[in-house]
Amino acid sequence: MGGLVLSLSVVADGHSSIATLGWADLLIIGLYFALVLGIGYYLVHFTKTGDDFFLAGRKMTAWIAGLAFISANLGSLELMGWAASAYQYGILAAHWYWIGAIPAMLFLGIVMMPFYYISKTHSVPGYLKLRYGEAASMLSAISFAFMTVLMSGVNMFAMALVMKVVVGWNLNFSIWVSSITVMIYVVLGGLLSAIFNEVLQFMLIWLGALLVPIIGLIEVGGWSGMVAKIHQNVSGDYTHMWSTLGHYTANPMGINWIGIVFGLGFVISFGYWTTDFLVVQRVLSARDLRSSKMAPIIGAGFKMMVPFIVILPGLLGLAVMPGLVGQSTATATGGASYNEILPLMMARYLGPGLLGLGITALIAGFMSGMAGNVSAFATVWTYDIYRPIHNALTRRDASDAHYVRVGRWTTFLGVIVSIGTAYLVEQSASIMDYVQALFSFFIAPLFGTIILGMLWKRMTAAGGFWGLLAGMGSSIGMWLWVRLDPAALSVIAGSPDAKAMAEDMYRALWSWIICVVVTVVVSYLTKPKPEAELVGLVRGCTEIPSEGHLPLTKKPIFWAGIVFAAFVVLQIIFW
Amino acid sequence: MTDDNRISIWFFIGSLLAVYGVIIVAVSIPALLNPADQPDVVLPGLHAGIWWGALLVVLGVMYVIVFWPWKKKADEQS
Repeated sequence: MGGLVLSLSVVADGHSSIATLGWADLLIIGLYFALVLGIGYYLVHFTKTGDDFFLAGRKMTAWIAGLAFISANLGSLELMGWAASAYQYGILAAHWYWIGAIPAMLFLGIVMMPFYYISKTHSVPGYLKLRYGEAASMLSAISFAFMTVLMSGVNMFAMALVMKVVVGWNLNFSIWVSSITVMIYVVLGGLLSAIFNEVLQFMLIWLGALLVPIIGLIEVGGWSGMVAKIHQNVSGDYTHMWSTLGHYTANPMGINWIGIVFGLGFVISFGYWTTDFLVVQRVLSARDLRSSKMAPIIGAGFKMMVPFIVILPGLLGLAVMPGLVGQSTATATGGASYNEILPLMMARYLGPGLLGLGITALIAGFMSGMAGNVSAFATVWTYDIYRPIHNALTRRDASDAHYVRVGRWTTFLGVIVSIGTAYLVEQSASIMDYVQALFSFFIAPLFGTIILGMLWKRMTAAGGFWGLLAGMGSSIGMWLWVRLDPAALSVIAGSPDAKAMAEDMYRALWSWIICVVVTVVVSYLTKPKPEAELVGLVRGCTEIPSEGHLPLTKKPIFWAGIVFAAFVVLQIIFW
Repeated sequence: MTDDNRISIWFFIGSLLAVYGVIIVAVSIPALLNPADQPDVVLPGLHAGIWWGALLVVLGVMYVIVFWPWKKKADEQS
């Protein structure tokens, strides 16, 4: 996404806006802000304990938790960025929604949630503390908290740029209005408020963006008409997902199937969807174990449909608005860039009122992502960083009310730091790429540490810590190697034809392998915990409640099977 | 969906969608009545604002009725 934002920052200064908003559009946007603040104010009465503030009282239904789970990930940059990628790379971009998400989400629901839920942890670093002790937990918590608040600032700046390019709003106005709104409703209602608003935002994203592909398909004469027009406009195959992945040179992305299946589909996807606390926190809010297992499965069902409002508009753009170019060329020639394809398509099809709804969808996407970041940050900071330090210094635990107060202050300060980061990025846009790269360093190895810890009793605390550290270190090392010597990419990805996208996939794959190898070796050299201490944390030591008595349609495994079958059918259809 | 005493999120969503639908239909009616008022979009003859706005109203009202919070309290008292 960094490329998209960097590019937009180039055009933001001398570019007239893509669309003009009328009174109805502004009224729709204003009503949205009023409602999200109203929900925050209303929910403050239901947020009294730490469980209420940090885990929404663990009372959410599977549907609410599932929609919040998917909404926290559906940011405006996600929408804009992947629509642009679809214009640039074709339907290959849908891999990030299908193989890059669905198997991991189902795995989270069926295999991992029982351990997260039964252990009663309040966070992913919290699970690491129970399984490996303070060192691994603190390493994970500090890296997560630091990166989350920085990412929140990066996304805030990106959203403000989008608003400047699309509707001509002032950067300061967008940054302060949107972030203060998020801060107010999260400070008031904590995760409960964030989740409620995420469900609202999910609906608005769909209803605001869905008209673009519908009218677009009418214009081009359906799917076959769109494919025919794309073939007229560009050479190469932009409408098949797997048949062009035999070799790096056979597709516009410069990647092969090994990178997609193992790098994206296994390591990156499983790393993000099963260990990133931003999304896992939503599932932990479920009211019982079955709901917590169903939530990611429901999320997966909706995630599978997101390409309809993100990838399809990019492909339709390729059919009806050919000739859009990369940002550097667009800036030099004064033309439009494919980075703006989603708002361009909105402006093409959406009249008064509908355009306001579309812009609200983009704003809602940003706010759901930011609320996810700050609520996850507040939880990890309060419970996994502040609490152990407070306890060590005072030699006693504080009251529940104390931690709720700390959580509210942390939310406030987290937003302020995010705003500071947004202005830092404005001064030096390259910071954004570094922040996003930093975030990617932690995800793949953390998945190695957690999945081994959940499934392998012999794994030790030292193994967990050193494996995680080695995985992170190797990821940073590979990233630096390619920056200093671009030819190193051919070594890491295994081919001189590999492009930048392949680097991310293979770097993740190698860092995961290194994490696993170091973890296994160190574990065999150190003494494991007694099994009695692993109850509720590790497979084989934990009794998972049977679902045998449930009717078929109540069993999570049944719905996971349905979603997986639909996923397989989609791969075959778009092969 | 929620705690006993808490208004369902679907009620809030339904209310917002219904109001949005009314606004979008209202602002789209001039183009339906007067061809000279067509918005500057591709396929203006589809009058997407009318039917999409109407869909939002139907969806919104449906949610409001199903998740009307005071109905639940009245049922509990009777």
